[in-house]
Amino acid sequence: MADPMRIRAQAAGDKATVRVLMSHEMETGQRKDSAGKTIPAWFIQEVSAQHNGKPVLDAQWGPAVSKNPFLLFVVKGAKAGDKITVTWVDNKGDKRTDEATVS
Amino acid sequence: MVTRRLVLARSAKVATLLAGVGLLPTAAQAAWSQAAFEAKSVADAVKALGGAAPVESRDVTLTASDIAENGAVVPLACACALPGVKRMLLLVEKNPNTLAAVFDVSDAVEANFGTRVKMGQSSNVFAVAMMGDGKVLYAQKEVKVTLGGCGG
Repeated sequence: MADPMRIRAQAAGDKATVRVLMSHEMETGQRKDSAGKTIPAWFIQEVSAQHNGKPVLDAQWGPAVSKNPFLLFVVKGAKAGDKITVTWVDNKGDKRTDEATVS
Repeated sequence: MVTRRLVLARSAKVATLLAGVGLLPTAAQAAWSQAAFEAKSVADAVKALGGAAPVESRDVTLTASDIAENGAVVPLACACALPGVKRMLLLVEKNPNTLAAVFDVSDAVEANFGTRVKMGQSSNVFAVAMMGDGKVLYAQKEVKVTLGGCGG
């Protein structure tokens, strides 16, 4: 299991800005190690977000997303106290879900 | 002679076949648009996701700095001012695989996303919005990279 995500969700008016920082190597599969062997790709493929249990966002990522990825999105109709859940799945099938409360 | 390249190509073929008949257990990989992520150009990537030819539009905004000091971490943000966006894509033209990220827009989120991507070299960056009515709009911007993000 990977390290937890850091999620910050801030309400402003009738929407909330969610900032997520995930902890992941995001290896592209293009780099070679010191012995000249290709390092296999290992990256987050899917990210999904839920607002109070209702799916609001689905994203697909390629290996071009940076190491320890950052994601910003805006949820309509979210207010302080609501729950935002973010899940990612990588190409090895590893996954992680974290939850934050809108402030 | 069976080279390593040949073996790799064969195993990739078998994997594709297996994925085709649904034998690979990971449901996540089935949903991931592999063809789109392997595309080498913006048009190919959009086509692989079922979109029409992209048209430049002022309603799509792409926020990126002119010069990225470190190609490993280039902050990008895309937004679309029009209603009815189904998908937003972020693409880097000169990366080995053009497509960086796809965001499926639902009614509950704004068509406004930010993330960070890797760039191998200075290149045009595209933000593409696929609309509900089948139109595909894009905005582009050149980002100069002083230090590539694909090396070690």
